[in-house]
Amino acid sequence: MQEIAAAINGLELVWKKPATMTDTPMHYCPGCGHGVAHWLLMEVVQEMGIEENVIGVAPVGCSVFAYNYMNIDMQEAAHGRACAVATGIRRVLPDKFVFSYQGDGDLAAIGTGETIHAINRGENILIVFINNGIYGMTGGQMAPTTILGQVTSTTPFGRDVAQMGYPLKITDLVAHLPGAYYVTRQAVHTAAAVRKTKKAMQLGFEYQRRKKGASFIEIVSNCPSGWKLTPAEANDWMEKNMFPNYPLGDLKVPKE
Amino acid sequence: MKGNEALAEAAIRAGIHAYFGYPITPQSEVLEYLALEMPKRTKLLNGQNGVLLQAESELGAINMVYGAAGAGARVMISSSSPGISLMQEGISYMASAQLPCLVVNVMRGGPGLGTIQPSQGDYFQATKGGGHGDYHLPVLAPASVQEMVDFVFEGFRLAEKYRTPAMILADGALGQMMEKVTLPPEHSLPYPEKPWATTGKPKSRERNIVTSLFIEPERMEEINLQLQHKYRRMQQEVRYETIETADAEILLVAFGLSARISQKALELARERDIRVGLVRPITLYPFPTEIIAAMSHRVSSVLTVEMNAGQMVEDVRLAVNGHCPVYFKGRMGGMVPSPEEVLAEIEAIDAQVEKSV
Repeated sequence: MQEIAAAINGLELVWKKPATMTDTPMHYCPGCGHGVAHWLLMEVVQEMGIEENVIGVAPVGCSVFAYNYMNIDMQEAAHGRACAVATGIRRVLPDKFVFSYQGDGDLAAIGTGETIHAINRGENILIVFINNGIYGMTGGQMAPTTILGQVTSTTPFGRDVAQMGYPLKITDLVAHLPGAYYVTRQAVHTAAAVRKTKKAMQLGFEYQRRKKGASFIEIVSNCPSGWKLTPAEANDWMEKNMFPNYPLGDLKVPKE
Repeated sequence: MKGNEALAEAAIRAGIHAYFGYPITPQSEVLEYLALEMPKRTKLLNGQNGVLLQAESELGAINMVYGAAGAGARVMISSSSPGISLMQEGISYMASAQLPCLVVNVMRGGPGLGTIQPSQGDYFQATKGGGHGDYHLPVLAPASVQEMVDFVFEGFRLAEKYRTPAMILADGALGQMMEKVTLPPEHSLPYPEKPWATTGKPKSRERNIVTSLFIEPERMEEINLQLQHKYRRMQQEVRYETIETADAEILLVAFGLSARISQKALELARERDIRVGLVRPITLYPFPTEIIAAMSHRVSSVLTVEMNAGQMVEDVRLAVNGHCPVYFKGRMGGMVPSPEEVLAEIEAIDAQVEKSV
């Protein structure tokens, strides 16, 4: 730490850890997108001045420990139930901000029902959906969003459509629901992508403030450990293989 | 009033902030009654109307309860046996995260989809945990529509005192029957402080976290020890009713509707000069072990009457601990035993006792 302090001595401070993040060292693997997504979300919360009025929901998955890093009130939810838990919180605290932070297994497999219905009811919540096409925490098994041919520990010969069906493009699906106000698909692997995702998060909370219904932000991300690639290789693989299946951009933007 | 509607009215008077439900016979009237009454008669802490939400499933509903209870609201949920099975995940999580709420099970016959007729087949599920892990809920067993009302208040009192989900274990007959009731005044149940609730973190305190995840085994054992300590403290809440036990030679033990049938059988037996008493457990957890243990030294035999294949009888046998024979009379699958059937059982036991004297 002293070396770092010496090295940056005299340099201009251009970025500071938001107070909405704790000092707990993250458990995420090197290169994983979760860390950036956490920081972004908490930065937005602080910049919008809503840190005293926000409650987060972190369900089972790699990000189940999000409450160790986010310095706000949080609830841990059972696997797949984050949108139901978020509904319960937002309904009894209608003036507060509520977000869920969910992985693909959680949101698009075991929690599909809770996700679709919360959005269809137009719950005033922000759903942040991290899609890395794999079950990271349990060791790299097939997710609903695993792409065709992708090798995982439970699809050792690649995802075969005859046996496992197709990757579930749940973001395209929820964009059709009338309760969804804002639906977008972003990434956090480059500075430009980070800026766009941050903007999307700002919009999500702003629409929530105006009680417009559900906002849904998919972040197409990586899983170097689960994919068995280095962080740099993982980002390349994501661009080549994930983005064609999950193209970045807005899927539903309010007309205003 | 009808049992289910009396329960719903009591929930309003107990000042619930939110109710999450999913239709299932024989308790859909609770959801219907609250859908009509809650918007105009209940308020959230911020003064807005109370929340009534029909969820997409029992799983959704119980997790909405988790979220709302974790946010500090007074929350109720009700269902019937198959629906309660689906809710066990959330109940286990709430027991661990120590969230107060009231769960009502208006039991029907099982297993499986079973029947919509009344049953007491969920005694094990209600009193022994229900979901995964080491936990218990305080369980109240009403035997009248009046108790359907009273136990809503008592259930919330226990849930909030011990920071735990509490359960009312009724049955389809109690939900559907009509009796006169005295209703408590509206909003007569005070709200306790909930400093642990996730309501948004002010600068003045550390963040609040509602979780059931304690990954280090040392910490998880500590949480378990805390829970077990709580369950030991809860033993002081044990409640039961005794009827004509002073001179009893044969002791009946029955809860809920079975207790009312047993009471009628007791009267018929006393007309035939058979001295029968009744212990009616009101709390099924904590179980009234002591009174049954004490009685087992004074009676010749014990007869447990249930609308199942014999579940509470196991707790009765543990209490009696071999001091006298314990017999069981049960009907299953939505069938209700008649007082005459119970009387026949009493007479058979009495004949055996006579023979052995």
